[in-house]
Amino acid sequence: MQKKISNHPFNGTAEQAEKLAAVINQNKHDKSKLMAVMQEAQSIYGYLPYEVQKMIADGMDIPIEKVFGVSTFYAQFSLTPKGEYNISICLGTACYVKGAGLIFDKFSEKLGIGAEECTADGKFSLTACRCIGACGLAPVLTVNEEVYGRLGVSDVESILAKYR
Amino acid sequence: MIKTVAELSALREKHLSAIALRDGSKALASVKCEYKRNVLVCGGTGCTSSNSRKIVEALKREIKANGIENEVKVVTTGCFGLCALGPIMIVYPEGSFYSMVKVEDIPEIVKEHFVNGNVVTRLLFQETVGEGGKVKSLNETDFYRKQIRVALRNCGVIDPEDITEYIARDGYQALAKCLTEYTPDEVIKVVSDSGLRGRGGGGFPTGRKWALCAPNKADQKYVVCNADEGDPGAFMDRSVLEGDPHCLIEAMAIAGYAVGATQGYVYVRAEYPIAVNRLQKAIEDARAEGLLGKNLFGTDFDFDMEVRLGAGAFVCGEETALMTSIEGNRGEPRPRPPFPAVKGLFGKPTVENNVETFANVPQIILKGAEWFASMGTENAKGTKVFALGGKINNTGLVEIPMGTTLREIVEEIGGGVPNGKSFKAAQAGGPSGGCIPASLIDTPVDYDNLTKVGCMIGSGGLIAMDEDTCMVDMAKFFLEFTVDESCGKCTPCRVGIKRLLEILDRITEGNGTLEDIDRMEELCNYIKANSLCGLGQTAPNPVLSTIRFFRDEYVAHVVDKKCPAGVCKNLLNYVINRDKCIGCGLCAKACPAEAITRTDYIAPGHKLASFSIDTTKCVKCGACIDSCKKIKAIYKD
Repeated sequence: MQKKISNHPFNGTAEQAEKLAAVINQNKHDKSKLMAVMQEAQSIYGYLPYEVQKMIADGMDIPIEKVFGVSTFYAQFSLTPKGEYNISICLGTACYVKGAGLIFDKFSEKLGIGAEECTADGKFSLTACRCIGACGLAPVLTVNEEVYGRLGVSDVESILAKYR
Repeated sequence: MIKTVAELSALREKHLSAIALRDGSKALASVKCEYKRNVLVCGGTGCTSSNSRKIVEALKREIKANGIENEVKVVTTGCFGLCALGPIMIVYPEGSFYSMVKVEDIPEIVKEHFVNGNVVTRLLFQETVGEGGKVKSLNETDFYRKQIRVALRNCGVIDPEDITEYIARDGYQALAKCLTEYTPDEVIKVVSDSGLRGRGGGGFPTGRKWALCAPNKADQKYVVCNADEGDPGAFMDRSVLEGDPHCLIEAMAIAGYAVGATQGYVYVRAEYPIAVNRLQKAIEDARAEGLLGKNLFGTDFDFDMEVRLGAGAFVCGEETALMTSIEGNRGEPRPRPPFPAVKGLFGKPTVENNVETFANVPQIILKGAEWFASMGTENAKGTKVFALGGKINNTGLVEIPMGTTLREIVEEIGGGVPNGKSFKAAQAGGPSGGCIPASLIDTPVDYDNLTKVGCMIGSGGLIAMDEDTCMVDMAKFFLEFTVDESCGKCTPCRVGIKRLLEILDRITEGNGTLEDIDRMEELCNYIKANSLCGLGQTAPNPVLSTIRFFRDEYVAHVVDKKCPAGVCKNLLNYVINRDKCIGCGLCAKACPAEAITRTDYIAPGHKLASFSIDTTKCVKCGACIDSCKKIKAIYKD
């Protein structure tokens, strides 16, 4: 999967750096925990910009190219920041058969952004995700932690309105 | 701390009263129960998404308000399977099945049912309500009647976060039996004799896998559980993890004893937060009870385990890629040989099985190989969990004996195709599988029969499709998925399936030729034969199987430039039937492209002039059809 790389300037805080350093310290004895550290880092910063990956590489004593190799390999690692509300639309088979593709297109049209992109005001970002396992409710999407199921194209407007 | 079998059995006896009410077996009929009623609320991902947590809160609140806390126990369980009707709540001893429960209904249920003893028939799953309001048991409904629950036996029965409930349901007895009565070779023999085969897709005999690993000498061996359930539409592994995590722990310890491994890893998708949390809690609880750790049951066998999270790469469901990923690398597969049984995780001998495969093991040990082998078909023993999805009424999880026909699954258990449409095909095995057309609906579903029709059971996802599904588009959808998920290590997969997708794109855009279809078949066979791992070897299956059974649809796309199902946008036009159009103008308002304008034609019997669509401006979004639902004057051509 082609990863989009962020062109937003990095503005991590000292507090975040401290948290990350603690995670690295806890795990640096075991290099197989690289992914676990990166997952923690992503939950601290919301995404994995170059600067954060460099901190991990230095801290774990792993070459930066390997860290970058891992971050670009796995879909869950995001190199771009997420919006305040991340709309994640399931495009798994069950949802797709029930029209999730059309719902995605509608959001994309309404927000003027594509997958893995964030609106200019930082409010919304859009993700096409893999099956979240709630196939009984297809088509499904999540806005941050909130799950919406059994949707139609006509629900798009009202969902957006809730967060605007 | 449990140190002996006797201590485990004593704990079981002690907690029987907690689960006797919902166990359903005659053996427990005489056990005195702690509570008068048990209310089971599904806390699986499906029902949690439809707000079952709020239902639990409301129940507890209302039960307290009515002062019956000592009579009614509320239990959050794993998945009941019928996710389409969530949130689901079952009340024992009656076995009343409340479906699509709303928070507003809770006060009435608590008051009428729990206090006054009258089941609220109106709010039950209506299929359980027979003539004259007689309430049927769950097992008499179409969805549950044919099911035999082995892997899912505790899902929807016990509280997965309470180890004592698992122990009360014979939990850890199988491990105790193995450690105290069997040699490792005897354990392998029981599993081999049962005929259990891998449930994750490969179908490799589990006993043989263990036997291959057992004799290899090393300072450290591993047991790995593949819980990276990536096939879209399959969620049985998630259900086991969420509903019965201790079963997996017990089975992995048994595998560890059989092959001589002392460390286990469970590789779970990060997309399953509920499953991960419950599994982690279960591991801690098992450790605290001495069921994981050193000297289990007073023997010299040690076993412990750890959870590792995936990060959203489908290829990591492949066994060698998964090991590479646990080691902290890009999850790329490795060539075999050396096989994992010789050189697996961290270069050590490793046994890797799927969650559902493991979930069968404790029951096989307790009930014997013969019992397990008595279910299923000649070459496929036992049961299989299927995740029904797509265009089917009862979406959800079902566990049925191997060899159940597709017709029984779709029409009886699944309740058929909704909205009066006709069943066209079922897609089994996700992106690695193929389709089974309606003409083969009487095929008994097992490994060999599906392979014969160019399909595979895979992990058990079964997506029903109706007449509105375009098979070319479906094949394209799966290829987009595999192109996205191909790790890029080997050329046949990286380049081959990309080229396949380009040809499919061409066909769905109306630029394909008949030669393209033959070319695709040739390329598919090449990719299958030459790819490094299972992902590439099976990625062409959706294309091959749709060409095999729906060649006429491909021909319609390339020769007539039509999409018979009306899905491929470039091949269809939206048209207004000018004699049906009443000229209301709703469609023109709905059109985002301003492609619809009024003509000067007034149909006989109508007052206003009809509209028409300018096909050069039309973006084929379908908004006009939705706006004209009443008159139905707009159609796809």
